Amino acid sequence: MTTTTVAQAAPVLTATGVTMRFGGLTAVRSVDLDVHPGEIVGLIGPNGAGKTTFFNCLTGLYVPTEGRVAYRGTVLPPKPHLVTQAGIARTFQNIRLFANMTVLENVLVGRHTRTKEGLWSALLRGPGFKRAEAASKARAMELLEFTGLAAKADHLSRNLPYGEQRKLEIARALASDPGLLLLDEPTAGMNPQETRATEELVFAIRDTGTAVLVIEHDMRFIFNLCDRVAVLVQGEKLVEGSSDVVQSDERVIAAYLGTPFEGEPGAEEAAAVEAAEARTEEDGQ
Amino acid sequence: MTTHISKAPGAGTPAPRTTLLRAITAAGGLATVASTFLAWTWTSDFPGDLTVYGYPGGLQVLTLALGLATLLFAVAALDVRGLRWLTPAGSTAALRLLALGAFATTWFTLLAIAVDQGGLVNLEPGGWVAAVATAVPVATAFLLTDDTRPVCRPRQLPSWADILIIAAVFALGLYVVNYGIQTDEDNPEPFIGYLIALCFAAAAFLKAGLITRLSGLTSTYRSLTLVAALVTALVFPFTQDKASYTELGVNIAIFATVALGLNIVVGLAGLLDLGYVAFLGVGAYTAALVSGTAASTIHVTFPFWAAMLAGALASLVFGVLIGAPTLRLRGDYLAIVTLGFGEIFRIAVSNLDGTSGPSVTNGPNGVPNIPPLEIFGFNFDDEHSFAGFTLDSNSNYYLLMLLVTVIVVLIFSRAGNSRIGRAWVAIREDETAATAMGINGFRVKLIAFALGATLAGVAGTIWAHVQTTVVPEQYVFAGPVPPNSTFLLAAVILGGMGTIGGPLLGAALLFLIPEKLEFLQDYQLLAFGIALILLMRFRPEGIIPNRRQQLEYHETGQLDVPDQAALSGSAVGVTKAEA
Repeated sequence: MTTTTVAQAAPVLTATGVTMRFGGLTAVRSVDLDVHPGEIVGLIGPNGAGKTTFFNCLTGLYVPTEGRVAYRGTVLPPKPHLVTQAGIARTFQNIRLFANMTVLENVLVGRHTRTKEGLWSALLRGPGFKRAEAASKARAMELLEFTGLAAKADHLSRNLPYGEQRKLEIARALASDPGLLLLDEPTAGMNPQETRATEELVFAIRDTGTAVLVIEHDMRFIFNLCDRVAVLVQGEKLVEGSSDVVQSDERVIAAYLGTPFEGEPGAEEAAAVEAAEARTEEDGQ
Repeated sequence: MTTHISKAPGAGTPAPRTTLLRAITAAGGLATVASTFLAWTWTSDFPGDLTVYGYPGGLQVLTLALGLATLLFAVAALDVRGLRWLTPAGSTAALRLLALGAFATTWFTLLAIAVDQGGLVNLEPGGWVAAVATAVPVATAFLLTDDTRPVCRPRQLPSWADILIIAAVFALGLYVVNYGIQTDEDNPEPFIGYLIALCFAAAAFLKAGLITRLSGLTSTYRSLTLVAALVTALVFPFTQDKASYTELGVNIAIFATVALGLNIVVGLAGLLDLGYVAFLGVGAYTAALVSGTAASTIHVTFPFWAAMLAGALASLVFGVLIGAPTLRLRGDYLAIVTLGFGEIFRIAVSNLDGTSGPSVTNGPNGVPNIPPLEIFGFNFDDEHSFAGFTLDSNSNYYLLMLLVTVIVVLIFSRAGNSRIGRAWVAIREDETAATAMGINGFRVKLIAFALGATLAGVAGTIWAHVQTTVVPEQYVFAGPVPPNSTFLLAAVILGGMGTIGGPLLGAALLFLIPEKLEFLQDYQLLAFGIALILLMRFRPEGIIPNRRQQLEYHETGQLDVPDQAALSGSAVGVTKAEA
């Protein structure tokens, strides 16, 4: 499963020293991360570790306080729509479909950056407009076939079952022909079968040449899927490497499970734990 | 909820009690019809002539129509061959509404006679007969059990029959609209009666499933329907016997067009614009200033096409100037800022009078004496005859306005159904997700805003010539006379956001009702408020709902879940939690 050879070509994504501060709170501290073409990279970490914040820095929703994010060597502008245009597409942790649009329309919206027809062409309806609409529709249907939603193209996206809504988010993101796909917890709330199907889907996406960066809590999913895993704890990158390296790293285990405690807990320790918990909660918001 | 019977509607013999009740309802309908041929009062002081035995007059006609409908639907409920098509979605709900409508119209008439003429003594025996005859079907219809069922698949008719049905519906529609427009404007009673009858009849047809059938038919013959609608609108001025009725048509067409422009901004892109009337004002003022009137401060005379272009351009510039800084805001903030800009326009125009500011607009006096329109030598104030038809001034303006309306409808539907239209809807649905999909939110919103402004500007140039005077006080946020921003927004919301028919219907209703019911003028804003509150409670998606909007407000009634479709009748308005 994980024995794909990683092409050591120029990286698709280069994040160097990305730091995000909200006032006095540092959510992400100096994180470096490269994603190479044809690679699936996992990003894991306990709740509130700053994974989604890091994603938002990559996609231009946040402007990082320090550091730079480059896509194929060019520094990305800090505007979400320009990032998408450059070739990075994303899904959201809490599904953000256009609920009252049909499945097909959702994917067509995803085609927005790859089409040019403006208001005039829409009003005049020349042959160019019709050709572009037909091409967009064809590509969108192709993506729906790919994700297995073609039969539901005319349904409203709000009426899809949960798992299919997740798939539709992926189809919509793929519609912008991205070189890098960012998936924010794609299997959250899924049952094992659906998780398994998503895994297959991500492999299929990788096989089309799109690099994938995925945040996930499901460890089995991550370690099956990813060529490389980075662990983010309290805003800092702890380890990065193959799944074996990460799985056996003591610091990762400590971050998830805590360190074994010797002796009786005193009042001091209890207070420290509480403070740490409070901070983690704050981070998560 | 009755279980759905897959066989023909009404299959299986109903209980004898049901049959009896339906028969009594039919008899009541017949009695109602008969009662309208009697005199209801002795005095002809009451509007419409209700004193004659032998033929119905005035408000009796409405009772007659509703009584006839009750009779027909009751007979259809009795499973008579050839009438089943009337009730594809069940007859009881429709019967109840029709019976109630006949009852309400009749009792309203009788009470109005009693109140106006001073006492029940003014009622003739015929009036008492009508009162009883309309009460019977109400009682029996409410004793019937509900037989609401999903609308079944229609029987295949030859296409000429379908086409004939569409033509008949449009002809009937024109007749109904004309009936309302041509009611006596000096007395409010006929129009109130008309409104009551219309509301109940429309609700009954909806419940009977006829509207669903009809929309199925119109979507099959789309282009034919459009042609029929256009022909109906074209015929309208030739069916009016008074110039003032055509003038109502002109005003409705203008406000409907402006409301449709606003619908691009509010309905498609989801930008709440509370100062939209300012763009109409910019267009009107531009046209007035270049019209060659002596009161204009710049003494130029543009031909109309140039004036229209100038008005559109001025509104476009104004729209971009206002939109560029404000469209970075979202939701309520945008509403507040546009409200402010709308007022700034009015106040600025009042002050550009040469004393408080540069002399441009004559301040509060406005620009009077705008000459009538002239296009290539065709003077809009003169009468013209073509092939036996005479076009008076109002008809000229009406036909010009109709052309503009058609263009705006085309723009709306084409823009809405394209890449840019999808981007607007996506922005409305979820702006963050839309930008993450590569949509430049600001740019796309600015296009919607500017397009809306331009269309209002175009309508404004014609409005200036129809009114012959422009004054700043016409362009307020809220006022007793249209146009004002509240009026336009209410037209969009009442009619249905995001649809073409909605704002047209909304503007027509909101213009016509105060025009016909003069006693309402002082309370117009109060009535507006009450109407909107009721609408938001009972039908938040508007009279003509957009499919998206309807699903946003009502969880049931969606195509994907046919089993739940029947539930939509019970009007459980499950509002969206995240709205």
